[in-house]
Amino acid sequence: MLMPEPDPQILARRKELAERLRQAVPDGVIEDEASRRVYEQDALTAYRQLPMIVVLPSSTEEVAAVLRICSSMGVKVVPRGAGTSLSGGALPLADGVLLGLARLNRILDIDYDNRTVTCQPGVTNLAISRAVDARGFYYAPDPSSQIACTIGGNVAENSGGVHCLKYGLTTNNVLGVQLVTIDGEVLHIGGRHLDAEGYDLLGILTGSEGLLGVVTEVTVRILPKPETARALLIGFASNEAAGDTVAAIIGAGIIPAGMEMMDKPAIHAAEAFVHVGYPLDVEALLIVELDGPGAEVDHLCEAVTRIARERGAVSCRMSNSEAERLSFWAGRKAAFPAVGRISPDYLCMDGTIPRKALPAVLARLRELESEFGLRVANVFHAGDGNLHPLILFDSNAPGELERAEAFGAAILRLCVQVGGVLTGEHGVGIEKRDLMPEQFTETDLAHQQRLKCAFDPAGLLNPGKVFPVLHRCAELGRMHVHRGQLAFPDIPRF
Amino acid sequence: MPFARHNVTTLVPRTPAEVTDAVRWALSAGEPLEVAGTGSKRALGRPVVASHRLNLSALSGIVSYEPEELVLTARAGTGMQEIEALLAQRNQCLAFEPPDLGPLLGASGIPNAGERERGRDAGSAAAAGGTFGGVISTGYSGPRRFKAGAVRDHVLGIAAVSGRGEAFVGGGKVVKNVTGYDLPKLLTGAFGTLAVLTEISVKVLPAPEDTRTVLVDGLSPREAVQLMTRVLQSPLDVTGASHVPVGVRAPGKSLDASITALRLEGFRPSVEFRLTQLRTLVASSGPVVVLEREESKVFWQAVRDVQPFVPLEEGDRASVWRISAPPAQGAAVLERIQESIPETRAFFDWGGGLIWLRVPNDTGVEPKAIAARIREALVASGGHATLVRAPESVRAVVDVFQPPAAGVAELSRRVKLQFDPSCVLNPGRLYVGV
Ligand SMILES: Cc1cc2nc3c(=O)[nH]c(=O)nc-3n(C[C@H](O)[C@H](O)[C@H](O)COP(=O)(O)OP(=O)(O)OC[C@H]3O[C@@H](n4cnc5c(N)ncnc54)[C@H](O)[C@@H]3O)c2cc1C
Repeated sequence: MLMPEPDPQILARRKELAERLRQAVPDGVIEDEASRRVYEQDALTAYRQLPMIVVLPSSTEEVAAVLRICSSMGVKVVPRGAGTSLSGGALPLADGVLLGLARLNRILDIDYDNRTVTCQPGVTNLAISRAVDARGFYYAPDPSSQIACTIGGNVAENSGGVHCLKYGLTTNNVLGVQLVTIDGEVLHIGGRHLDAEGYDLLGILTGSEGLLGVVTEVTVRILPKPETARALLIGFASNEAAGDTVAAIIGAGIIPAGMEMMDKPAIHAAEAFVHVGYPLDVEALLIVELDGPGAEVDHLCEAVTRIARERGAVSCRMSNSEAERLSFWAGRKAAFPAVGRISPDYLCMDGTIPRKALPAVLARLRELESEFGLRVANVFHAGDGNLHPLILFDSNAPGELERAEAFGAAILRLCVQVGGVLTGEHGVGIEKRDLMPEQFTETDLAHQQRLKCAFDPAGLLNPGKVFPVLHRCAELGRMHVHRGQLAFPDIPRF
Repeated sequence: MPFARHNVTTLVPRTPAEVTDAVRWALSAGEPLEVAGTGSKRALGRPVVASHRLNLSALSGIVSYEPEELVLTARAGTGMQEIEALLAQRNQCLAFEPPDLGPLLGASGIPNAGERERGRDAGSAAAAGGTFGGVISTGYSGPRRFKAGAVRDHVLGIAAVSGRGEAFVGGGKVVKNVTGYDLPKLLTGAFGTLAVLTEISVKVLPAPEDTRTVLVDGLSPREAVQLMTRVLQSPLDVTGASHVPVGVRAPGKSLDASITALRLEGFRPSVEFRLTQLRTLVASSGPVVVLEREESKVFWQAVRDVQPFVPLEEGDRASVWRISAPPAQGAAVLERIQESIPETRAFFDWGGGLIWLRVPNDTGVEPKAIAARIREALVASGGHATLVRAPESVRAVVDVFQPPAAGVAELSRRVKLQFDPSCVLNPGRLYVGV
């Protein structure tokens, strides 16, 4: 993976930069190598890079001061939350400042009447739900990394979770942000009201992977907790039968709170790890969660069970207690560490496909396994077509990382070929950067990059991520108008 | 009349390629375009200063609809009636409940030339409810907004032609996607000022099997907002919460009474179960009436389409504002507005978070001063106000859309110039210079 060449002139000014940063953030500038090492990678562990300097501001003013210094000196900045990105979004740059936001970790306001929480970006996802739990509320998007990942990181990645089928991704649950631009200007977008005015800047900031600005405050919507939730654990003899069942449930007008699928290798790995009684003699397992008032949940559990049986389910269990419901989820939620136990390393992929393509894609994955000589375990947000194939490999075996990456790229190409996309929730980062042309033309990408030019014309915020080639804004700005050469088009008019 | 309207050419492209041609021609000729579907929402926004018009109503048709994928793709000029009818066949819907603002906007002061032409553009069935592209470009959502999300939350992918005369796509055709910037959201609600939408993919959802509405009688706006807040804090999952005060008409309500309406939707057993709980919750607040399925639909359609303020007579020059505020502060915001402009009338949607405000023509206060007073009332709580209905002469001088703070305004201008550097698309429709 090629990153931008470090600029020797910037490296030469490191001392001067550290001095100036220390004036802005007296207790938060890290220069010594051992302490910088902590920040050298995120959860895409195949890549590491020591940052030039780490800065840990504790207020919006300090963030603004840091950005003003960096932009005036032409220094690149990589924002970082908890570093759980699976796409390398928080990978540092050798000639860049790593801007850690973990110290901005206060919940600023809880407004039950308007059903919002306003907090700093370093607050963890789970901490928001915990803060409002006693009053019967929660924050809906629930990435599996929710104990660790920050709300700022969630906004930057537009993260999802198993409940986003019914409750949406981060973008559908954020009402406002405070943003610091690369020039150090503090902007407020949205608030506690619905639908921020003007262009949907909130919509493009969410999921912008730290390339447009630094989020220093977030206002999210909280929801009253559903009265009840129950899960069904349904086994199938084939992936096709499981896939058909998913389509039939949605076809029947039911949007479950979550609908997850695991294939045989994933089921076995999870069961060996958490021992929750997953059936081992099935090819595919569905976990379907229904939530809402008791009467509704009972009604829907019955309907889903009937649909599954009609499509050949070989086993079906319904949770009868909260403990049992959580045990059904325990295996799914621990799927990554479980796979980590059966393989020295794994790569987690994240494409989305139209649901109907699922059986064909899984069949093709089996063929690719033999082509690349590597195994795959699949966990799958089946309800919204988001695949997470886990490619098992050993980074100590020569050539295996490269083979695993090539396999991953083949899977993502396949997703695009069947009408899907490169990433459903983990982001492009560096991981899928060079695959962007599979999904988008030059012109498509140029229009995306022009947004970057509106926010950060010098390209100092998190460069090297998302876009395969970061064109200069001056070049992107040029217009090719052929005055007089275009014939008036043959379009009906009156 | 502020602008000369003779010699207006209307281009009617039939394919995305013809849209590209049209924009390129506009660029090369240095002639801006006014972009419209059937023109049903032309009277919304600042008047556009453009020499030519791009009418997208011939760029129509469903491209694909896969109910089990919950995705529908259609050309921008497709009539909303066609889309809604198709979805209804498969018991699905656009969960954001797009309003039909046609009746509200229809009689406002569009100059005669425009009126004539609109009649001609709208010669098809597409006129009622407007076009798909128009609904997405204006970005207005109905009563279910606080529960189901806004238009922008349902737009998955777009194909468009930017003001650079270049065709591009953004987003995708699957329900979960974070690949690249979310251009579909940027173009939603952008009033055609960045790019001309040619094709849009949206997420569709199952239509609710059943619905019922609980009406509570006799509350003041303050009491109503308190009650709606209490209900929205409960897990009863209401999908509509509206208050229509004394002096404002609504289906099934007399002028001298007020009603607070709470809607339940979903599977029958669930609706019945929650109805009992909801009745208990509101019992102490006032006399209760329950609207059955059909009556309930009529009521919410009226709220959605701002029927209470649809002019009853020709020549009604009242203005209508749309105000988004933090829901629990809705009543306080209205009180502040009515202190400074007592003649105004309003009703609430979104549990208090959406205020529709009618300002009669004879307040004796200058339009600019009215705008200032309304926006002043929002300073404490946050929120924004849009002048949705007003004569063109008023919309030309008042900030129709809430002017953003300086930094955001500058960023918005830069975004506009990246997509439309020569300002050939709907110049001035959003803000001066945008
Ligand atoms: C075990 C595991 C399970 C996971 N499960 C899920 C899952 O279920 N769903 C899902 O969607 N993701 C999942 N992830 C991915 C990851 O947790 C999310 O992407 C998360 O949102 C990243 O948050 P973070 O605080 O760790 O951000 P980081 O990794 O630190 O940063 C991520 C990106 O955000 C930028 N950024 C961070 N903070 C800010 C800020 N304040 N302002 C601007 N930019 C910022 C960074 O520059 C970087 O580009 C999982 C990861 C792991 C390791």
